[in-house]
Amino acid sequence: MTYKIYIPIDSTALSLGANDVFYAITAEAKKRKIDLTVIRNGSRGLFWLEPLVEVETKSGRVAFGPVTTNDIEKLFDQEFYLGKEGALFLGLTDDLHWLKNQERLTFARVGITDPLDINDYEKHAGFNGLRKAIELEPQLIVNEVTDSGLRGRGGAAFPTGIKWQTVLNTPSKTKYIVCNADEGDSGTFSDRMIMENDPFVLIEGMIIAGMAVGAEYGYIYLRSEYPDAQEVLNKAINIAKEKGFLGNNILSSGYNFDLEVTRAAGAYICGEETSLLESLEGKRGMVRYKPPLPAIEGLYGKPTAVNNVITLATVPIIMDKGASFYADFGMGRSKGTLPIQLAGNLKQTGLIEKAFGISLRELLYDFGGGSFTGNPIKAVQVGGPLGAFLPEGQFDTPLDYEKFSEINAVVGHGGIVAFDDTTDMAKMARYSFEFCAIESCGKCTPCRIGSTRGMEVIDKIKGGIDQDKNEKLLRDLGETMVNGSLCAMGGMTPFPVISALNFFPKDFGLEKKKV
Amino acid sequence: MNLSETQRITIEKHVETFLTKPGALLPLMHAIQDSLGYIPEDSYPIISSAYNLSIAEIHGFVTFYHHFRTSPSGKNILQVCRAESCQSMGSESIENYCKKVLGVDYHETSKDGVITLEPVYCLGNCACSPSVMMNDKVIGRVTPEKIDNIIKAVKQS
Repeated sequence: MTYKIYIPIDSTALSLGANDVFYAITAEAKKRKIDLTVIRNGSRGLFWLEPLVEVETKSGRVAFGPVTTNDIEKLFDQEFYLGKEGALFLGLTDDLHWLKNQERLTFARVGITDPLDINDYEKHAGFNGLRKAIELEPQLIVNEVTDSGLRGRGGAAFPTGIKWQTVLNTPSKTKYIVCNADEGDSGTFSDRMIMENDPFVLIEGMIIAGMAVGAEYGYIYLRSEYPDAQEVLNKAINIAKEKGFLGNNILSSGYNFDLEVTRAAGAYICGEETSLLESLEGKRGMVRYKPPLPAIEGLYGKPTAVNNVITLATVPIIMDKGASFYADFGMGRSKGTLPIQLAGNLKQTGLIEKAFGISLRELLYDFGGGSFTGNPIKAVQVGGPLGAFLPEGQFDTPLDYEKFSEINAVVGHGGIVAFDDTTDMAKMARYSFEFCAIESCGKCTPCRIGSTRGMEVIDKIKGGIDQDKNEKLLRDLGETMVNGSLCAMGGMTPFPVISALNFFPKDFGLEKKKV
Repeated sequence: MNLSETQRITIEKHVETFLTKPGALLPLMHAIQDSLGYIPEDSYPIISSAYNLSIAEIHGFVTFYHHFRTSPSGKNILQVCRAESCQSMGSESIENYCKKVLGVDYHETSKDGVITLEPVYCLGNCACSPSVMMNDKVIGRVTPEKIDNIIKAVKQS
């Protein structure tokens, strides 16, 4: 009799010792002559419980965690491989509060399957979307995506269907699909999870995108900080080629599509789509002027659909279940679900896929369990380094692109970083400028120079030098950067800075003032 | 030219490999750095004539990207995450600790040549901050004790 055990291979699980746990469990099983079948699955996204070991039982998978190598003997003594209760026992995985209260569409398979088992992928509805898309005219595929209300999940939230329509409408023999996998925002890891834990869904999404707009080649521009994702993607691409999902005449459809992974080189700005295209072309990642839009003149001057990992990975389920199925989730003009990433100073961190509309408070306390340190949460930053800091008073804002925009904040890529009350928000604001100075491509003046001047002005305010004058100067600089920068790097850096100044003036050494 | 014979052969081999590839510079520079540990500036003339690019263009490209280095690193590279999520979990003290125990600042190599210290802006491990990366391996929830162990492990190997 063999027992089926799951030990995650996701890089966050590995960063907490999942491989050591894997070696220890297999060694102990051998010693005790217990026949285990160990599957290296993706992570379920309950990262505070990683390494999370699961055991298959008649009533479903049960979880144990967080498991360390010191727990292995004890686990075997209590016959954990039978799914028996005991130390670290968490119950049925699907019944865990964290998972039970999610709507996992894009992440439907993540943590459940073996990332590189293409049969497992197909068994879990994999390639259903592609098979349906093959039956449709390109225009109908685009219509489906447009009707689903899917918007760019990378952060800009531009309607994906409209972007695809532009590429489809632009006549050209050569067109490209470019997947933006340069996930550089702090507090985000959903792209990484898709690429490491369910790579075929991204490949499937890119094939469908290619069919829809008339592109036969795709690039995944992957940040160099993700070596594990690179390995998984390359393996997955080879498997997909062997199985006839990539290459010429895919599944006898007459469509051709192939793709490759390009490793980036550590420049945050290359997450901006035109900078990314420059980089792919083998140049410095200098931001381009728009127009022309990449959808009309993109990579090597050809019409190019540049989409984020999550956007592309969401297309298969839209094609499979239909536009209205997807559009029924969410609120207002924010349709569907968002893979939210809880990070920073929280007790319970990880991946939550929810329909738009959930409030920050629910996420931080109901899912997150409050701060890790036990101190009050002072602020959260949503949407990466260019997102505003939100104080307690704004925690009831529902996650919705428009509602966030009303309070000068952004949902962005759905990353949420919590800070406790020991945080000096003026220091965080200064860091925002510092980061901008380090990562600016240097093309436009407000960003290149404003970032450094911004640090200096904050130092002066904190140092008590001409505070009134310098506060005014800081706000003025913020406005100049917002209105005068070419892209979001300089154009949004003032968001965190000015929000910190507005809500936490004391941290700058300023008296509370009217905002 | 100050390239060693092996370096020159390696560079020429990579230059040849990517000669017809569109956007060759990115994979080419990765290949050179992966093989040699850095991109010697003396490789620029070879690349320049093969790809019909000016030395300035090549220099501009290499220096734009944080990942590329033009001088050798230590045997191992320790990257410490400085981004917001890690900051919220006390990464500043981890940064200071690494600098202290290695006796270096960022972009410097420990005297024994074993470890080069680099800052990094997000490793995608934000659910388990603070994080560092030793070569290709990410380590989450780091503490000074964990740093000691990581450093000890590479010094022994």
